[in-house]
Amino acid sequence: METKILISGNEALGEAAVQAGCKAYFGYPITPQNELTAYMSRRMLEENRVFVQAESELAAINMVLGAAASGVRTMTTSSSPGISLMQEGLSYMAGDELPCVVANIARGGPGLGNIAGSQSDYFQSVKGGGHGDYNLIVIAPATVQEMFDFTFTAFNLADKYRTPVIILADGYLGQMMEPAILQKKEITNFPKNWALTGAKGRKPNVINSMYLAEGALEKHNQKLQEKFRKIKKELCLVEEISTVDAEVILIAYGTASRICKSVARKLREKNIRAGLIRPITLWPFPTETIKQSASHAKFFLTIEMSAGQMVEDVRLAVEDKVPVYFYGRMGGGIPEEEKIIEIIEAKL
Amino acid sequence: MEKKLGLPKSMKDVITHYCPGCGHGVIHRILAEVIDELGIKEITIGIAPVGCAVLAYDYLDMDMAEAPHGRTPAVATGIKRVQPDKIVFTYQGDGDLAAIGTGEIVHTAARGENITTIFVNNAVYGMTGGQMAPTTLLKQKTDTTPFGREAKYAGFPIRVPEMLKSLEGTVYLARETVISPKNIITLKKYIRKAFDTQIKKMGFSLVEVLSPCPTNMKLSPIQSYDWVAKNMVPYYPLGEIKDLTK
Ligand SMILES: Cc1ncc(C[n+]2csc(CCOP(=O)(O)OP(=O)(O)O)c2C)c(N)n1
Repeated sequence: METKILISGNEALGEAAVQAGCKAYFGYPITPQNELTAYMSRRMLEENRVFVQAESELAAINMVLGAAASGVRTMTTSSSPGISLMQEGLSYMAGDELPCVVANIARGGPGLGNIAGSQSDYFQSVKGGGHGDYNLIVIAPATVQEMFDFTFTAFNLADKYRTPVIILADGYLGQMMEPAILQKKEITNFPKNWALTGAKGRKPNVINSMYLAEGALEKHNQKLQEKFRKIKKELCLVEEISTVDAEVILIAYGTASRICKSVARKLREKNIRAGLIRPITLWPFPTETIKQSASHAKFFLTIEMSAGQMVEDVRLAVEDKVPVYFYGRMGGGIPEEEKIIEIIEAKL
Repeated sequence: MEKKLGLPKSMKDVITHYCPGCGHGVIHRILAEVIDELGIKEITIGIAPVGCAVLAYDYLDMDMAEAPHGRTPAVATGIKRVQPDKIVFTYQGDGDLAAIGTGEIVHTAARGENITTIFVNNAVYGMTGGQMAPTTLLKQKTDTTPFGREAKYAGFPIRVPEMLKSLEGTVYLARETVISPKNIITLKKYIRKAFDTQIKKMGFSLVEVLSPCPTNMKLSPIQSYDWVAKNMVPYYPLGEIKDLTK
């Protein structure tokens, strides 16, 4: 269907999961993603698939673990406090090498925080999040259309690399309604001969993350790290706007990048050569793209809806070649265009 | 006349890591025998807990998953919901099932998930060195109740099947022990009935097994069997606690 419809980010993501072949959804209510769970409760039953409202996010992620171990596409969605509860399960799934998709429609923290959109779960998402040495692929949509499109990407990547994939959006993206085309994207299938389906005519399969023999866990970790290196080599999604000649480069993802897009345009109108780098995969991070721009930019300005989390990865990429400044708002606050322009004009 | 039992097909020919006198080995064997007799090995998927039985997948010869501590029934739910025609069981200790995983077992039972749970009650946390379990008896000394469990500080031991009985999702709940051949024969009957419940798609079934842990009870194997008979059986009555299969 090529026609555009008006739909919320939460529902667009849910519809994409259905179309991407998600066979089992497990969730627990939390604002600002409730429309998503409600949407799945209806659509999954319509499609004769599995929907379970779990008793907690602990249970939800472990139901996902079970469904993933069975070899089907599976998803859970939540918001920040619920995602914190899922970290143990995600660590197990990283160790088990099980694919799944987890969407975090993030809200303000720490603690119960509030229900406004926020980007303060960046560290938790891209640095592993649970215990042990691992990374999860993290994709950050910025529009309702991308909430739809990137859900296909997430399921494909999860299966390709046998790893959980996080869709990191925020409450604004989840709640916002925009026109979008809900046209089915490509689905890539990978054999899952490791799945637990009953050991008929083959040796039993075991899904586990425990390695007790001397040196065995280090070996397992080396294998995982090899995979993470491969992902880093093969995967990097990033949008660049007017960076080629830019003296000022804004860096932002998700909702914050929408504001920066408009700021960059306004600065160009004022004859300030501004550009925007928008990381789409937050892990792997577009380090190379940023590094290259560091050769001609006067400075970078990272804009986040947090106290400054992604800015650390930007600084690592820039390697002190030029200054990296930061401006952010916390607790559901949204960075203001005028303020960003003011900061840039003062620095020039 | 001598009769050699041999190894059940559903068990691997390996030596287990269990301590001498531990009940886990016997329970594994009975479980494997039941799976053999029902002819369901090739459609069965088990979930091992975190606890002494964490390595159950090294001993049971079938598809198996590991679960985070206590989340065993949630993992089972995920597997069973997408593969309703497979036979799914969890194997859990008392810490796994009745402490950290209480939420999961209660709600899995309440939903009436069509799975079978083998619940091994040894009155302690075995794997971590003998701390108090939710099933530790009053006055029982453990690593974390050095003066004996006192209700005033540590509450009361939980009778799991009795607690789950009121839930409409539960169909078959029973309790036995492994301390004598007679008990083992009854236990096997119960476990078989629990799997039958699942095969007939009737709903949630659970068999609790009172099991000796000589190492952490600091007793010889034989003394530990006596201890179970004298102390556990009176508090945890044996028998079928709920049976809606008829
Ligand atoms: C989240 C988490 N907390 C604590 C532990 C440590 N731990 C491992 S086994 C165990 C207790 C197991 O006791 P039980 O379930 O009674 O089984 P048993 O070892 O007695 O068979 C604990 C607390 C863990 N692995 N994970």
